Amino acid sequence: MSTRLQTGGRLLDTSVAREFTFNGKRMTGYDGDTLASALLANDQMMVGRSFKYHRPRGVVASGAEEPNGLVNMGEGAFFEPNQRVTTTEIFDGLKATSQNHFPSLEFDIGAVNTYLSRFLPAGFYYKMFMYPRAFWKHVYEPFIRQSAGLGKAPKEMDADRYEHFYAFYDVVVVGGGVAGLQAAKAAALRGVKVLLMEQTAHWGGRAPVDGGDVDGAAAQVFVDTLVAELSAMDNVVMKTRMMGAGVYDHGYLLGYERVRDHAPKVKGPRHRLWRIRAGQIITATGAIERPLSFAGNDIPGVMLASALRDYVVNYGVSIGDRTVVVTNNDDAYRTALILKNAGLEVPVILDARAGGGGALAQAARDAGIRVENGKAIAKVKGGKRVKSVAICAQAGEGSVLEEIECDAVAMSGGWSPVVHLWSHCGGKLVWDDADAMFRPNPEKAPTGEKGEAFVLTAGSASGHFGLDAILQDATDAGKTAAAQMGGKPVDVIAPAASARNEAPLEPVWMMPQGANIKLRMKAWLDFQNDVKVSDVQLAAQEGFESVEHTKRYTTLGMATDQGKLSNINGLATLAGALNAPIEKVGTTTFRPPYTPISMASIAGSARAEVFQPIRNTPIQAWHDANGAYFEPVGHWRRPYCFPRTGETHAQAVEREILQTRKSVGLLDASTLGKIIVKGPDAGKFLDMLYTNMMSTLKPGKCRYGLMCSENGFLSDDGVVARIDEDTFLCHTTTGGADRIHAHMEEWLQTEWWDWKVYTANITEQLAQVAVVGPDARKVLEKLGGMDVSKDSLAFMEWKDGVLGGFDARVYRISFSGELSYEIAVPASQGRAFWDALMDAGKEFDVMPYGTEALHVMRAEKGFIMIGDETDGTVIPQDLGLHWALSKKKEDYLGKRAQERSHMVDPERWKLVGLETLDGSVLPDGAYAVGEGHNANGQRNMIGRVTSTYYSPTLGRGIAMGLIKHGPDRMGEVVEFPKIDGTLIKARIVDQVFYDKNGDKQNV
Amino acid sequence: MLILECPYCGVRAEETELHAGGEAHLKRFGPGSSDDDFEGYLFARENPKGVHLERWRHVNGCGKWFHAARCTMTLEVFGTYKAQSFEPPQNVKDAISAKRPGWSWRNFS
Repeated sequence: MSTRLQTGGRLLDTSVAREFTFNGKRMTGYDGDTLASALLANDQMMVGRSFKYHRPRGVVASGAEEPNGLVNMGEGAFFEPNQRVTTTEIFDGLKATSQNHFPSLEFDIGAVNTYLSRFLPAGFYYKMFMYPRAFWKHVYEPFIRQSAGLGKAPKEMDADRYEHFYAFYDVVVVGGGVAGLQAAKAAALRGVKVLLMEQTAHWGGRAPVDGGDVDGAAAQVFVDTLVAELSAMDNVVMKTRMMGAGVYDHGYLLGYERVRDHAPKVKGPRHRLWRIRAGQIITATGAIERPLSFAGNDIPGVMLASALRDYVVNYGVSIGDRTVVVTNNDDAYRTALILKNAGLEVPVILDARAGGGGALAQAARDAGIRVENGKAIAKVKGGKRVKSVAICAQAGEGSVLEEIECDAVAMSGGWSPVVHLWSHCGGKLVWDDADAMFRPNPEKAPTGEKGEAFVLTAGSASGHFGLDAILQDATDAGKTAAAQMGGKPVDVIAPAASARNEAPLEPVWMMPQGANIKLRMKAWLDFQNDVKVSDVQLAAQEGFESVEHTKRYTTLGMATDQGKLSNINGLATLAGALNAPIEKVGTTTFRPPYTPISMASIAGSARAEVFQPIRNTPIQAWHDANGAYFEPVGHWRRPYCFPRTGETHAQAVEREILQTRKSVGLLDASTLGKIIVKGPDAGKFLDMLYTNMMSTLKPGKCRYGLMCSENGFLSDDGVVARIDEDTFLCHTTTGGADRIHAHMEEWLQTEWWDWKVYTANITEQLAQVAVVGPDARKVLEKLGGMDVSKDSLAFMEWKDGVLGGFDARVYRISFSGELSYEIAVPASQGRAFWDALMDAGKEFDVMPYGTEALHVMRAEKGFIMIGDETDGTVIPQDLGLHWALSKKKEDYLGKRAQERSHMVDPERWKLVGLETLDGSVLPDGAYAVGEGHNANGQRNMIGRVTSTYYSPTLGRGIAMGLIKHGPDRMGEVVEFPKIDGTLIKARIVDQVFYDKNGDKQNV
Repeated sequence: MLILECPYCGVRAEETELHAGGEAHLKRFGPGSSDDDFEGYLFARENPKGVHLERWRHVNGCGKWFHAARCTMTLEVFGTYKAQSFEPPQNVKDAISAKRPGWSWRNFS
């Protein structure tokens, strides 16, 4: 069993106990424990079930590379899945539960998959779930949905606070081990601004555990000295619990600071995302130990050798009483020696190298540990816990020579530099034969805006493993980075330190070398994604030879692993299967983030109402106070209708329409885009922008215009008013103002830059109210101050004046077919003006109306709506808007495109009105079907509904739609299938349903 | 997250301040142009591995469109210049030549 040693741990404060629960079970740990060390101290070896086979899984590692120990943390609004036990510091009240099992961690039904594993090989999703077709929906998909994925998504909104932080440094050092500390010091001594970040809560990295001397003293002394020196420097900022998550273009670096994950009661943001611009980045990210591929290497109790010694030294936790060490290098002997010194048994060290190890091996022998050279593990026995290992010759096929009882296995397949950050922005790797690893190729570093290298590596991240070489490399990196940033030429000398004194590693990609298929099917490469040696070999056999294809076919190295543990072993296995050198097979792409960061930290403070601020008109408060029901339109919330007590929305819309058509209604039209276009060439410019001729418009007049993209498709519409010889005011659709303004600027700046035109978006400077209905004039006359009679202000004219004391610009334009004035006043007076109109309109039973009434009234008049009748594929000709296409102009945006063969095709669907035979309302977006069937056996489509409403004015359903040959088929009846399978019949009619001659708006 | 210097306001703008606008130096073909010319103008775009001339707008800044010459492989920026130009200015061409001797892009080299 795993237990707490009496010796205490380097990182523990045993005077402070911490209470927490795991799966509801109360447990105790100490200040300084990670959740992993505390669980192990409580003999909770098993932490989860594997992804595919639901095999029992225990902690394998001690850091960010841990693949198995992912748990649910917290509850309710503080719930978060997939939290890594090895990087979670414990606190009082921590609540963790294990994932991916049913009904319980100890007893899991899905574990039956492990017996089915023969039938669940690589690519089994693609193979198994194809046939019979009908099975997908009712059998396969529900099964996969139930069993796939790790933790469950939180149900409640996250109650914590998160923030972004922008920072700028000359040199950023990622990783606070000895290399990072030394590199930071070397850079800082040259006077540049330095940020040093460390993902754990402690400085020093592995060196204090792994041993070695610096300047004649223990590594810990060196670490303490460096931290003190750096803390005292004004030009250095040091951050623990901050991970370098990703390196991006031009020195952009994301730092993920877990501000109070370890202390949830402290006030402040939980995570802080640092958005850093760095001149130079030094990745001192260390190295990660590789597992060995032997049968049963996933049984709880099998652990990385370095992790085993971390738990003993840092946390005083013994993983087992009897630990078998298996290795292909000298480093794992350190674990054996540390275990022995802690009074624990090491029955045997299995060294796969025929020639065995060097000085460390001798030290192990001297300590009385049995060392077997050229030996390997044939198989680990045990279910939820290691019981024994069967030993064989590494050179053989797995014949068992001896079985040794043990409760833990420490494995080491060598070390791989953490190259993730180096690789994120294009840094290349080179294969290192001596240590059987990919290391950064300094000749091919990520490049910045001047083409300069902006990422350096330091220490074991560069591929150095002796303390002396690590510190020399770190010193050089710090000096170089500072020099790049214009640092002072201060010479910094690396301290003297222990050299690496180890016998060479021998690569071991399969243990034993000739393992049979039964063993290979139990030898895991990727614990998190349940990928085995046999899966990668099968992928290669089936032709997935590219490493990127193998990855996707087998899921090797996907999800949070991102190649941390699985990468090299998987590549080597693939290379073996393809009989190609590993460097030719190459690596998959390392993608940020290095380890997962919270979604909330990415959002920062941009959540809820801050995510996308809502734009309000000057009259919004009145709508809020008067029970408006809102709908989102662009960034605005516009009243859809103003329901009265007991009224449905449909009833409110009906009332608003009838009242407006009978007497008078008010619409808050402030959201309409208003863009001033001014200058001697303004008319010429608008002639290019609009399909109609705008330059001939007289001051004081208005004209409806269409705008197309250069592709010919309708993009926007609105009324243009000519203010004076040089000035036009262009109305755009709600939500279209910013887009159209940008469109104008783009053409002005990049194509017609010699034209003398200015544009200004004045949308929010004005409040605009439409006063609509037969009594509209009477309301304005009551306010007084302006002559708004037909003679003085005819249809499609505008006039400035003072109306009821307000500075007003009055346009006689109509989107409803009624007598209508749109009146703009300064935004600051919008609300007062609205109130004055409501007051003046009282005797005419004035009512505000919303966007739905607006839509219905415009549809009754057959007016198009951008976004309903248009969808980015519709040209004005489709909508019968030929009258708005100038034939006199040589050119306008979209004109050439509208001459393309497909645009002049007579088969294009064209706009018509649709009148259901039974008076019902056509479903929105319904398709009209014609004769015959298409290749898929579906009825051929001949058109679709673009706008459809119940018209209270006419007491029936009305619609507009695009129909093949529509205008030539007036009076014909077409069929629209409904979702329920029934048909609805509609007659093709003129789309103007109301006041065809326009008498009502022109009074 | 590129950094490009806006040639109008001089701000070294981060990509979040900018809006990418595709290929630079397109020649507009309007009514009367051949189908081939119009298709080329509307749809055909360079997609080089290396030197590229692009349009950008300093949208969350001064609002101006400008051009950038950069390497799509290394992300190196050779220079930025005003959008009101029919070809890269000589200093930008020289900067490209210094780093990528023998470069060419459409009709420029």
